[in-house]
Amino acid sequence: MIKIEIDGKLIEAPRGSMVIQAAQQAGVYIPHFCYHKKLSIAASCRMCLVEVEKVPKPLPACATPVADGMKVHTHSEMAVTAQRGVMEFLLINHPLDCPICDQGGECQLQDVAMGYGGGDSRYEEEKRVVAAKDIGELVSTQEMSRCIQCTRCVRFGQEIAGIMELGMAYRSENAQIMSFVNSAVTSELSGNMIDLCPVGALTSKPFRYTARSWELSRRKSVSPHDGLGATLAVHVKNNKVMRVTPVENEAINECWISDKDRFSYEGLNSAERLTKPMIKQGGNWLEVEWQAALEYVVNGLRQVANSAGADQIAALATPHSTLEELALLQKLMRGLGSNNVDFRLRQSDFSADGKQAGAPWLGMPIADLSTRDRLLVVGSFLRKDHPLLAQRIRQAVKKGAQANIVHSSGDDLLMPIANRIVAAPSQLVNTMAQILKAVATEKSAPVDLADVVVSESAQAIARSLISGERSAVLLGNFAQQHPQAAQIAALAQQIAELAGAKFGYLGEAANSVGGYVAGAVPSAQGLNAAQMLATPRKAYVLLNVEPELDMHNPQQAMAAMAAADMVVALSAYKHQAMEYADVLLPIAPFTETSGTFVNTEGRVQSFKGAVKPLGDARPGWKVLRVLGNLLNVSGFDYNTSEVVRDEVLANGDIADKLNNQLTGVAIQASTGVNGLERISDVPIYSTDAVVRRAVALHKTPDAAAPCAMFHTQTLQQLGIAAGDIVKVTQGTGSVVLSAVADDRLPVATARVAAGHAATAPLGAMFGAISVERA
Amino acid sequence: MEKITNFFKTFLLYELLKGMSVTGRYMFARKITVQYPEEKTPQSFRFRGLHAQRRYPNGEERCIACKLCEAVCPAMAIKIEVAEREDGSRRTTQYDIDLTKCIFCGFCEESCPVDAIVETRVFEYHGEKRGDLYYTKPMLLAVGDKHEAQIAQDRAADAKYR
Repeated sequence: MIKIEIDGKLIEAPRGSMVIQAAQQAGVYIPHFCYHKKLSIAASCRMCLVEVEKVPKPLPACATPVADGMKVHTHSEMAVTAQRGVMEFLLINHPLDCPICDQGGECQLQDVAMGYGGGDSRYEEEKRVVAAKDIGELVSTQEMSRCIQCTRCVRFGQEIAGIMELGMAYRSENAQIMSFVNSAVTSELSGNMIDLCPVGALTSKPFRYTARSWELSRRKSVSPHDGLGATLAVHVKNNKVMRVTPVENEAINECWISDKDRFSYEGLNSAERLTKPMIKQGGNWLEVEWQAALEYVVNGLRQVANSAGADQIAALATPHSTLEELALLQKLMRGLGSNNVDFRLRQSDFSADGKQAGAPWLGMPIADLSTRDRLLVVGSFLRKDHPLLAQRIRQAVKKGAQANIVHSSGDDLLMPIANRIVAAPSQLVNTMAQILKAVATEKSAPVDLADVVVSESAQAIARSLISGERSAVLLGNFAQQHPQAAQIAALAQQIAELAGAKFGYLGEAANSVGGYVAGAVPSAQGLNAAQMLATPRKAYVLLNVEPELDMHNPQQAMAAMAAADMVVALSAYKHQAMEYADVLLPIAPFTETSGTFVNTEGRVQSFKGAVKPLGDARPGWKVLRVLGNLLNVSGFDYNTSEVVRDEVLANGDIADKLNNQLTGVAIQASTGVNGLERISDVPIYSTDAVVRRAVALHKTPDAAAPCAMFHTQTLQQLGIAAGDIVKVTQGTGSVVLSAVADDRLPVATARVAAGHAATAPLGAMFGAISVERA
Repeated sequence: MEKITNFFKTFLLYELLKGMSVTGRYMFARKITVQYPEEKTPQSFRFRGLHAQRRYPNGEERCIACKLCEAVCPAMAIKIEVAEREDGSRRTTQYDIDLTKCIFCGFCEESCPVDAIVETRVFEYHGEKRGDLYYTKPMLLAVGDKHEAQIAQDRAADAKYR
């Protein structure tokens, strides 16, 4: 520690830290623009000039390391003159029309100019004008003339997003921020540049000119999308969500959020919102009062239970539902005498049920991801499925960690990868077995995998894992949805044990852990999500589920829905359920209800509703509570969602419920698939109902219509050229897509996205698929 | 002593005469009554009457939808909705002043960076229903168009004090 003095205050700062950091620690504010604690130091704005004793000129506080006995003055005459001078220079080219600027009222330049600038400008010449550039549908550069060249956005791209999509071109007065020729900013974290920009040069395109910062009330919430559960500030005006920004939370999202979290709010105000309970009578949908709709549901479910037995009723919920909704749904179903309740909609292998010691979770705190030195990520479209966890891993790699990847697609993760194995889905178990054998051999531990031949890359991954001190083995969504998920998990766990690594699951959705905690999984005699569809039931209760998009096998799901006597859809949206459902009950999305998400690290995060439910929509937990009362199920007298939560969580500590330990899973040799194998990802903006309706996100390249991707070799074998229109068939359904060559895929596979309306007629996310020229 | 003066004042009608002397004084003094509506009192160029929205000489509306007037209005009488116009400029889609709420403090005029919202000298307006005094953007612009010459003259007169 080094002792320095700032404005007469004696403080200790760690060696190598900068004056501005030391000052912040001491509570002394030094004005700055280009400095940001999460980014590298550029010292380009010069706003943070301070006086240091015995130095003849003012020094930039952000780029001056602390030295013993240093005496810093931030308000001396020299410092104040320097700051005022810099401000005058900055304002030479910055337009002074704050009233029309979208940043007005929340602008760092405006604030600092008020505090540290002079009242007047001596500049009378013409100002610089920078033309707006189209860099995509999320970030607006309409006001590029306002840029003060702090380069925060450029450094963000390089250091955090992992891809430099904006750069500073030209020199001196002509210097301007732009993207590469005609390219858009496509990073899944691009929205953070809007927050980083200290002026109004980069603004949010969907939010542009819709509200002023002082009109908005900020309400804290939790992201309902991925397993991270980022802390959000929901900005509300006139009972409408106007925008979403991050709340700094070092343990979870640091100061970032993904574009999915930021722009999905448009889906909340979608025209497709269901605002009245509806029942189908004689093929026509009627808007009815809650009382009538609920009675209809109660009579329908009673009838099915009485005539066909309660186990003919099945309930499916998305893992994006709140803990309270999931808990009440399972309690309702069990109260009715049915054990068929599940939230693991995209999972296909349930053989781990009963062999798993607890709820599968990350196995460590999220913040620990950035301190790992060896990682093995199995089956994950990491960047798209977990944008911010990928960012954490990127930071770890930057600090010297080795990232090893085993997956069925060689997608660019925007970070250096130490070893990568790209194997067809049917070969994943074999690949994991190879790595296990290699690790076991290195550690000279006995392992029963005699007939496994270890490849060189598996050997390299094994060596990499063993050489680390803080390693981790992580299973992604793809691995969890895989038809041999239990075996992959069992192998990964053994690898982790032998290599002394942490073992964890990257949770797919906000409540992937919470669903287990709430008990929304079938017990031994109940049916799981796959069985409920394979052996169709007479009645289905759908909580936030759109079966054609949310299920592992949409074909089977739709057949089951069509055949059912009674389908009750609790949903915030009018969706395809209009075709097969009998009742639609409007429930509130996350901003309109109180609730709890348990994120992938097992953190319980409760939130309150930010706005009132739209129209006649009601919070899901209230609807389920009333259904419980009407069905005379005991123990449904909850007054608040907190009571439900407290009942579920008992003492509030769920650490003992989290356990990845898996025992008794037999490893079988993988059976290859004749012909083509399907690889499917759920596109980043198709994961849940809210984000599917976010307009701006759906104009981005990430939301482009799905195509069928093949290795060039596979294309040649099929006699198809890239760009051809092909007919892709699976089971009884087929769709017409355009063929795209992607040599990062294994041969004899076809990558066709799931969770998208265009591919909904297809079957399971994995397995055989046939392709022919259309 | 006091009792004696009070006794004489009582039957000599002193109070009455005192009162009547005021009446008499005003009867012969110069009259200040204005014969409204034929005659009118003089107005200051800072008079704060009916609101108006102004335009630039080329016909373009001045208001840039910065919402400062809405923020500063102590009576919360102003309601503004904004959207981007086709040409990319920031414009109001709705600009309403509820004159029944307005307290004519002039803060809106004070806060306006482009002199778009002003208070004119017009004070003779009325509404038969409460809703008649809810002025919308076209109404405000119409007031501005009608009185632009006077408004411009008043702003010019006040300019040197600003």
